[in-house]
Amino acid sequence: MRLQILHETVYGYDQPIRNLVQSLRLTPTVFEGQKTHEWSIDVTGGMRGPGFRDGAGDWIEGWTVRGPVEEIAVRVSGRIDTRDTAGVLRGHREQIHPLAYLRDTKPTRVDDGLRALAGSVTSAADHLDLAHQLSAAVGAAIRYTNGVTESLTTAAEALALGEGVCQDHAHALIAVARERDLPARYVSGYLHSTEDGQSHDAAHAWAEIFVEGLGWVGFDAANHCCPDERYVRLASGLDAQDAAPIRGVAMGMATEKLAVAVRVEEIEQ
Amino acid sequence: MNFYNEMYEGENVREPYARLRNWVETMPDDFRQMKQAEAEDLFRRIGITFAVYGEGGDPDRLIPFDMMPRVFEQAEWRRLERGIKQRARALNAFLRDVYGRAEIVRAGRIPARLVYQNEAYEKSVVGVVPPRGVYSHIIGIDLVRTGKDDFFVLEDNCRTPSGVSYMLENREIMMRMFPQLFRNNRIEPVDQYPELLRRTLESVAPAKCQDRPTCVILTPGHFNSAYYEHSFLANLMGVELVEGQDLFVDGEFVYMRTTQGPKRVDVIYRRLDDPYLDPLCFRPDSMLGVPGLMDVYRSGGVTICSAPGAGVADDKAIYTFVPEMVRFYLGEEPLLKNVQTWTLWKPDDYKYVMENLPDLVVKEVHGSGGYGMLVGPKSTKAEIEEFRKKIEADPSNYIAQPTLALSTCPTFVEEGIAPRHVDLRPYCLCGDRIELVPGGLTRVALREGSLVVNSSQGGGVKDTWVLTE
Repeated sequence: MRLQILHETVYGYDQPIRNLVQSLRLTPTVFEGQKTHEWSIDVTGGMRGPGFRDGAGDWIEGWTVRGPVEEIAVRVSGRIDTRDTAGVLRGHREQIHPLAYLRDTKPTRVDDGLRALAGSVTSAADHLDLAHQLSAAVGAAIRYTNGVTESLTTAAEALALGEGVCQDHAHALIAVARERDLPARYVSGYLHSTEDGQSHDAAHAWAEIFVEGLGWVGFDAANHCCPDERYVRLASGLDAQDAAPIRGVAMGMATEKLAVAVRVEEIEQ
Repeated sequence: MNFYNEMYEGENVREPYARLRNWVETMPDDFRQMKQAEAEDLFRRIGITFAVYGEGGDPDRLIPFDMMPRVFEQAEWRRLERGIKQRARALNAFLRDVYGRAEIVRAGRIPARLVYQNEAYEKSVVGVVPPRGVYSHIIGIDLVRTGKDDFFVLEDNCRTPSGVSYMLENREIMMRMFPQLFRNNRIEPVDQYPELLRRTLESVAPAKCQDRPTCVILTPGHFNSAYYEHSFLANLMGVELVEGQDLFVDGEFVYMRTTQGPKRVDVIYRRLDDPYLDPLCFRPDSMLGVPGLMDVYRSGGVTICSAPGAGVADDKAIYTFVPEMVRFYLGEEPLLKNVQTWTLWKPDDYKYVMENLPDLVVKEVHGSGGYGMLVGPKSTKAEIEEFRKKIEADPSNYIAQPTLALSTCPTFVEEGIAPRHVDLRPYCLCGDRIELVPGGLTRVALREGSLVVNSSQGGGVKDTWVLTE
């Protein structure tokens, strides 16, 4: 599938900021499921700083903007060919040992509810089957509902609520997988979705679970599936914050207003 | 328990202390009290009142200084020095390895989980090789002595060991108060430490640095218990002491704000823990760090000392494998011994420890400063049973060691002079060379019979002498 992506993030400040520093992970992952044709990242008035590939295989770019400035836009655009690899992250180069992804963080910490959910899968043929069943269990326990959770909601809270968005599903799946001793991580990216005719937020997140013999395998508990050619993978981490495509700090006393627009469209090959 | 006295062998005085005997044994009480008051006054005037090793407590409290020096003869020191340098080489080789190909894990010489699930293992720096492959540039190795030739490493400190300002100040004050002692004894100097530290930092400047490297000390600020040491070292080294807000990232480099405009910084000796270094990589709420610093570091624009992630080498669980590191990376036998350590997540060790709690010392894996530990022989039955419950709740959080017969050194006390238990922390510098000044910080447990030298638990400090041939 050939996808065209436009991703614009605009930061508005009620008074000028002195400067801004960002760390961006907005470049598609290099693996068998993705082949990038054109890709550009631009920060208005910004200076591109260091660019490097980290141990997780993510391409990171630092950007700085010298103030005073009242509005900054991060624009990403590009075209990419995607292929269904049944969720398997095949042909991806990374150096971090999977066991480093067994550590919990605040949003992925297990409580009694998550522990019970993790324990609810009692018969699994192997680790892959276990991962599939855990993903299904999370999808069933948390109904997809917009607006009931926020960015700091933990997996335990979302499960107790029984509702949430893709971030909550990913956190919950990571928590239960780690509880079953499967290394798991958070993945941020884009999703091209046309199903049911409704508009979906094209910025998306899911989880990856390490399965011995296969490597990292993606699971999208929110959509009850594994990532396929509709998914574009950007970056990974222990949780949403650790995998955030944009991290930044603005110097100044201003209040920030954020506007995000993401368009993912299929185009002719 | 029999304790090795570093000065007396029965009635006889050991060689290194021979010239001190008369001084200490004939010192009149009133003179001693006068000098002790003078020393305290000097310490207070310099303002050196911080807690050693980040132990917390009252930052304005003076750590007691004992005027009786702790003395090593040249041969003793040379042996220690070889052992310390060997250990420092192995620790850095280990760090290089576990953030690279991890041969030691592949070879099955250290369990993978111990490394990768360690809180201090920093996945964001996997694959990053700092200049000269050095991760830990200042290693504080805590040593105890149990016999003439028996030294043991109690723990390694690979992140930002503190206390070196005491080593320097103790010497300074002794020289001021007792100049004749330094004429009668030939004592190796330690005051070259700040220059050696600066040289070490300059030697690990990034490849992108073309001029003489600009080094700074990054402090969390004046409320930090070791702030005095930060400013003291910056002053002696002739480098700027900065806080996070004094530095900023612009493009590919880090700059310091100065009255003459921005100045590029090449080497940052940080006295700030990993989670606070950069809100874009670690804790997003940290106001103490420099936004974007880690991206500059990881792309080779600046050197951070110690390197982020260096803490994985000094954890109490990893400690048990340091002798293995020496053999694996250096192909040598370790010159310094480890203390026998039981790790409570192993069932056999757990069983043994729980059956022998009254004889053992139990410590938290990530604890420091003498807090959260049990000294079996010094504890009441009730205290032991209470600690037993804590262990049962989370065995993997504890290690246990035998109660060591720490050596004693004569120490001025209320009644005159009496033996008190001591340990030693030398500071090993790792850059293009590995350097060690002849000396270190001797801590002394001032309470009679106490084996805990931590300042938070009634410990004091002494000047440490290494005699020349």
